[in-house]
Amino acid sequence: MATKTIYGIYDDEELLVEGAKKLKAARIRVKDVFSPFPIHGIDPIIGVPRTRLAICAFIYGITGTSLAILMTWFMMVSDWPTDVGGKPSMYYYMNWPAFIPVTFELTVFCAGHGMAITYLLRCWLLPGVSPKNPDPRTTDDKFMMQIDARPEQEAEIANILRSTGASEVTIH
Amino acid sequence: MNHVNSNNLMYDFTPTSKRNLWIVMGIGAILLILGLVFFKPHQACDTHATDAHAAVAPHADAAHAAAKGEAAHDEVAAAGHHGEDYTASLNQRVWANLLVNSFFFGCIALAAVFFYSLQYAAQAAWSVVFMRIFNAVASFLPIGMALIVIILIAGRAHLHHIYHWMDHDVYDVASPKYDAILAHKGAYFNDFFFFGRILIFVAGWVMYQRWATKNALLEDQMTDATNNWKLNLKNSAIFLVFFGFTSSVFVWDVIMSIDAHWYSTLFGWYVFAGMWIGAIITFNMLVIHLKSRDQLEHVNPSHVHDLGKWMFAISFLWTYLWFSQFMLIWYSNIPEEVVYFQQRWEQYRGLFWITMLVNFVFPMILLMARDTKRNKSYLLFVGVLILIFHWCDTYLLVMPGTVSGNWNIGLLEIGMFLLFLGFFTYWILRSLSKAPLLAKNHPFLEESLHHHI
Repeated sequence: MATKTIYGIYDDEELLVEGAKKLKAARIRVKDVFSPFPIHGIDPIIGVPRTRLAICAFIYGITGTSLAILMTWFMMVSDWPTDVGGKPSMYYYMNWPAFIPVTFELTVFCAGHGMAITYLLRCWLLPGVSPKNPDPRTTDDKFMMQIDARPEQEAEIANILRSTGASEVTIH
Repeated sequence: MNHVNSNNLMYDFTPTSKRNLWIVMGIGAILLILGLVFFKPHQACDTHATDAHAAVAPHADAAHAAAKGEAAHDEVAAAGHHGEDYTASLNQRVWANLLVNSFFFGCIALAAVFFYSLQYAAQAAWSVVFMRIFNAVASFLPIGMALIVIILIAGRAHLHHIYHWMDHDVYDVASPKYDAILAHKGAYFNDFFFFGRILIFVAGWVMYQRWATKNALLEDQMTDATNNWKLNLKNSAIFLVFFGFTSSVFVWDVIMSIDAHWYSTLFGWYVFAGMWIGAIITFNMLVIHLKSRDQLEHVNPSHVHDLGKWMFAISFLWTYLWFSQFMLIWYSNIPEEVVYFQQRWEQYRGLFWITMLVNFVFPMILLMARDTKRNKSYLLFVGVLILIFHWCDTYLLVMPGTVSGNWNIGLLEIGMFLLFLGFFTYWILRSLSKAPLLAKNHPFLEESLHHHI
């Protein structure tokens, strides 16, 4: 039963990585790390699963492609066949090269916006929401580790954090 | 550098590898000779070829004539150079193939020089572990360029008929071969100007390549290479500006001038994208080869991943430019422009579309995922496949304008390709074996060794 939350604050991200390695060696799970910038190599140490954003991007992209094909087919071929430069427009395939730029743009548009919105939702960074970040200093120059632990582990964890250079250790 | 095992830094070009490459070259030479011996001028295809001429060439000339209002002259010109059908001759076919291969492999080396200098200009660190590989591929540059210059000089000596505009009669109003469109371009195709600029371009590139390779070896003796890096930064920036202008003009001169009536403003970039992807594939293949020998232990999966990303990205760049050129010409449908694709459509349709689709679809589907870009089998499969089809792309640049419908990828073509491939590989592996595989004094080496994505 995790009843306590321990925060270890570091001044340097390399010290934090060392601390995370020590904790992992002691079989203690780091719940999360807050940092002003991405820390290289921290993901496998604290067990963050690989991002699925790429899969989302692919799905958004395919959606954009389909929408664009549907749109160009409906507007330019089905609903109001448009004669451009005397090219036959009875069927989609006859004019497909002309529709490629639109298809490309909509694919990129949907993939890009979809990814950005997904990312913001996932991080809960929307207008009006209060941040999940427990300490605003981690958006500036501090690096923080969050650990959920049983009360009897408290001392051990605090010890590891301090011994690896944590400048502050707080228990909530 | 404690974590780099210095014993394993020399590439050993083993007798087995040499023997295998000699076998490839031998097979190539035998196929080439067989191709020469059994060459048959396209009797069976003659009607086809003539049809194509009828469908394509006069149409173009008529279009030009209409555009320029010089119908009389052009009709005579058309009759003049379609009277004797040099496009079916063995001589023309051999020279055209020589140009395809010289250009394909020579420009892989050229793009390797470009990519090497790009690393300095971009102040990139990830690629430091690959610098010697870039240098090795670039070492083929003098040979490739020498071959291209020889082909151009041979054209001027009328040993072949690849460059129609090299016939001086086309500029002469009194001659039956007079060609008004080429006469307009006479100043650009002036012998002194043409050969002068080609020599300046080639000399500039080769000078930078020689200097860069020599400097890379000098760097190994330095204790502090920071100033040397700054020198490289400056020289690579100068080279890139020079290369940016000259590569495009070089491509117009060597390739686009085959279809001298036709022009496309983004042709230079399109061909450049083709040579760039060729170089990237070659780097990937070399890394896979060295890794299979348990060398390059300083190259980690992130480096391999990044090189795979380049293969993915430049395939898209190539397709983007291919399509941009195609779509604008297809859409506007101006006769003097569209004739270029009309000829490919009439005479090369299958190869034309397969080349485009393979070079686009295979890298896109197979290299999209992160895991495949880190997987040597995927990289090898896609790399070999698109290397072959980028060769086909170069083939499609040269052949329609030189042998018209009398083409065939037969013994002659495969033989000469294998001969060049074997020699090219032999040459770059020999260069690779001459210097350590790691630029040990490069200021960014430490950062590169820690590369992680």
